[in-house]
Amino acid sequence: MAKLSEFRLKGLVFLAVVVFALPLFISNPFHYSLATQIALIAGAVVGLNLLVGFAGQISLGHAGFFGLGAYFSAIMTSHYGWSAIPALIVGAIGVGIIAWVVGRPILRLKGHYLSMATLAVGFIIAIILNNEREMTGGPDGMPVPAFDVFGWELSPFGEYSLFGMDISGDLAWYLFAGVVLLVAVWLAQNLIDSPIGRALRSVHGSEVAASVVGVNTTKYKSLVFVISAVYASVMGALYAHFQGFITPAVAGFEFSILLITMVVLGGMGSTIGVIIGAVVLELLPQVLADFQEFEMVLFGLILMLTMIFMPKGLLPTAANFLAKRRAKSAGGNA
Amino acid sequence: MFSEFLQYLFTGITIGATYALIALGFTLIYNASHVINFAQGEFLMIGGMATVSLTAMGVPMLLAIVLAVVLAGLMGIALQRLAIAPAKDANVVTLIIITIGASIFIRGLAQLVWGKKYHVMPNFSSDEPIEIFGAVLNSQSLWVLGVGAVLVAVLVYFFTRTMTGKAILATSMNKDAARLVGIRTQMVLMLAFMVSALLGSIAGIVVAPITFTSYDIGIILGLKGFVAAAIGGLGSGVGAVVGGLALGVVEAMAAGYLSSDYKDAVAFSMILLVLFFMPRGLFGAKVVERV
Amino acid sequence: MNGTLARYTKKFLAITAAGLLAMSVQAADPIRIGSFLSVTGPASFLGDPELKTLEMYVEKINKEGGVLGRQLELIYYDDVGNASKARNFASRLIRSDRVDIIVGGSTTGATMAAVPMVEQAQIPFISLAGALVITTPVKKWVFKTPQSDRMAAERILDDMKSRGLTKIGLISGTDGFGSSGREQTLVVAKEMGTIDVVADETYGGSDTDMTAQLTNIRGTDGIQAILNFGFGQGPAIVTRNYAQLSIDLPFYQSHGVASDGFLELAGDSAEGLRLPASPLLVPDSLPESDPQKPIVEAYKSEYEARWNAKVSTFGAYAYDGLMLAVQAIEKAGTTDKAAVRDALENIQGHVGVTGTYNMSADDHNGLKADSFRILEVQNGSWKLVN
Repeated sequence: MAKLSEFRLKGLVFLAVVVFALPLFISNPFHYSLATQIALIAGAVVGLNLLVGFAGQISLGHAGFFGLGAYFSAIMTSHYGWSAIPALIVGAIGVGIIAWVVGRPILRLKGHYLSMATLAVGFIIAIILNNEREMTGGPDGMPVPAFDVFGWELSPFGEYSLFGMDISGDLAWYLFAGVVLLVAVWLAQNLIDSPIGRALRSVHGSEVAASVVGVNTTKYKSLVFVISAVYASVMGALYAHFQGFITPAVAGFEFSILLITMVVLGGMGSTIGVIIGAVVLELLPQVLADFQEFEMVLFGLILMLTMIFMPKGLLPTAANFLAKRRAKSAGGNA
Repeated sequence: MFSEFLQYLFTGITIGATYALIALGFTLIYNASHVINFAQGEFLMIGGMATVSLTAMGVPMLLAIVLAVVLAGLMGIALQRLAIAPAKDANVVTLIIITIGASIFIRGLAQLVWGKKYHVMPNFSSDEPIEIFGAVLNSQSLWVLGVGAVLVAVLVYFFTRTMTGKAILATSMNKDAARLVGIRTQMVLMLAFMVSALLGSIAGIVVAPITFTSYDIGIILGLKGFVAAAIGGLGSGVGAVVGGLALGVVEAMAAGYLSSDYKDAVAFSMILLVLFFMPRGLFGAKVVERV
Repeated sequence: MNGTLARYTKKFLAITAAGLLAMSVQAADPIRIGSFLSVTGPASFLGDPELKTLEMYVEKINKEGGVLGRQLELIYYDDVGNASKARNFASRLIRSDRVDIIVGGSTTGATMAAVPMVEQAQIPFISLAGALVITTPVKKWVFKTPQSDRMAAERILDDMKSRGLTKIGLISGTDGFGSSGREQTLVVAKEMGTIDVVADETYGGSDTDMTAQLTNIRGTDGIQAILNFGFGQGPAIVTRNYAQLSIDLPFYQSHGVASDGFLELAGDSAEGLRLPASPLLVPDSLPESDPQKPIVEAYKSEYEARWNAKVSTFGAYAYDGLMLAVQAIEKAGTTDKAAVRDALENIQGHVGVTGTYNMSADDHNGLKADSFRILEVQNGSWKLVN
């Protein structure tokens, strides 16, 4: 097991290096803005990965929790004058409770029925957010005040100074999001290496065997469902503050599918892999934007081909490939 | 009072029949390969759009329909050969993502070829609605129900009486055993996808006069079809039909009696309830999990 | 730290080179017009004609010599009807593409998501979306060309009042346009006091049958007329269901379906319905003295000739947006953003397809409710009635 945690530490360090080195390569505030979004969504995907990749439970409605976190923060800070951090925390607790209540009956289902049920939950949340115009602004969305830490505001439009250097609000948010992502990854990795994580992996491996050995599969499945929901809620809240404006699409079906696609594309079960999945799927529309009307065709094609030829996902396939190369060159002369 | 109830019922059954046909498509592919084909809705779209564009080019209606259905069938085969087969033993979720990619791809193609507009298709028979006890029924709805019933009957016959149909069922139950018995499983899988595509496209054509057709109607209808198939119990043809009709009726009743704002939320809640009490859907097979 | 020094040196050289290059091409620099539109997705009904309009008129203006002796360059992105994407593309336009002015934002959600960015970057932005909230309260850098949904509601309810209708039913789409329109209708009805909205139903964007909702409305006591606020194919389905149910009451649609495309979809069932629209659909009914007549006729014939498709009100919003932008730039004599903004704000009497614009410091829309005409469908085509 020492080797496994060693690998995980390398992943975290690698990520930290990338996060902090990136500002040396980009200076365009638009790129920072994109990177911040990617970091926040990647955080949510890291949480989803715990559910899908490690516990093997399919969720097609995860954006619902993201949206709930986003809207709770938006409504509380906007209509009731709450400060951002309490709103975020209370929202996360609330979403956790909802996930617990909803998760218990749903997680008894298996396979496609489970995905159906999560789909239904996601839809119900999105519909409520869309219809309650008074509170949520309806389908046209609502503005969200800037993120504030006990009166000190963090806005993409502000000017800040760090270690004596002047940094723009965009860069400040990017660094903040980067740190949040690193914390999220660190927590996830600790969870995976803990007894809880082992129990989850046993459930994934074979639920029957796990329960025979005495693992309380229901409890663990509910736990990881709640954890992944809380991840999504926190990231959703931060996302709302960063964007300054949200619409019910943030809880919608298309976003749920995007999230799970990021998990599968990047590599189910690989924390760093799913982050790569998030990066690719967020950048792809930007790259394809110049192809105008061919964007949809190309996107679908790329998705299909990637999944057909790299069914384990980008990172595991790449890691496999490199390992084989190394093995070949090592054992080739034997 | 009664005429209102009847009206909601007619609406519900009409939409429900559409969902049922899509659900049957899901069931077919699921039965043959345990894959949930998220591109199912796109077969519907191809059926309707191809027919509309062919008739616009001057092709007579009947021939256009045949050609559209054939086109969909070919796409079904292509989907299986080019996207599903190469993925071989991939994870269930991976296969779902592949079909999602395929649906985006097909939709993108449709948008390039046929544009983004909505198109109208004339009713097969008269435009006059039929009046029954104070409620009205679109004559096209009868077509939907009729064609649906015929397709279901054909499918039932296909699976229980013909060798090919039984071969498909055998493949789904145990691929290796089927191969041992001499069934060409690759052929069977292609066939399943083709039939499912034919089914979807016929459904799309027969429904198009009511719903209009455009390049993106496949998304939501496909989704609702999946929902119907799941309620009814994946793998059960009867379940697909019952699930579809039930979903349609619940939606219409919710819109009529409760709140039109929340009718979809009501429908989805009902689904959760059904799954809560019957974790394998209404008619889902009680699969014994082999350890 | 050699690597860092090398990196910074490279960066410095690159920036210097770029700066020199930029200065040398200043003279032939095109005027960059940025746009983010919902070309595909659920709002493509809006974005597609808007894009087509922008493309063809940028081409035309360039052929005729451009603006201030410079060519126009249109840089556009498809936000697929997603507000978050719209915000990203607005950011990209402002910071990466460095556009001089933005004419875009097909939906209210997309527009509002981009507003904070636009205000901070201090770049003039002409939105093509209709909700009241875009220009009320007035934002310094944000303008819009469509009439607000409130004006449409006012016009419709006024027409109903003149026909003596007092109890009406409302059926609207749950999308942004329908939802916002519904809200404005309720507000205006309350303010007017003479009209009661006694039934209020909704339908989803991909719904295929609205008979249940219409049955409910029809069954409401004392109902005298029905108003449908929505766009896309939903209202066409509502119209057909309406005819099927043989509902004999006066039927109103919103400006969201003021297009021949709607008539194609709805067919005979549209007979007799009324809606508020710009004179784009009935240019022949305009008297010779109407200043809008030549502009409307020109736009209609040019669009239809170029794209072999029927005109739509939404494309006209883009036409007016572009023309207002061009006029402002010409008046200002420069692309300096603050100067263009001031010029925009002071535009008076600009005759467009949607109406005649009179901008001011507290009106960044420039239109009044009377820019809407009431049209009725007679014998399968549009007729001006009011």
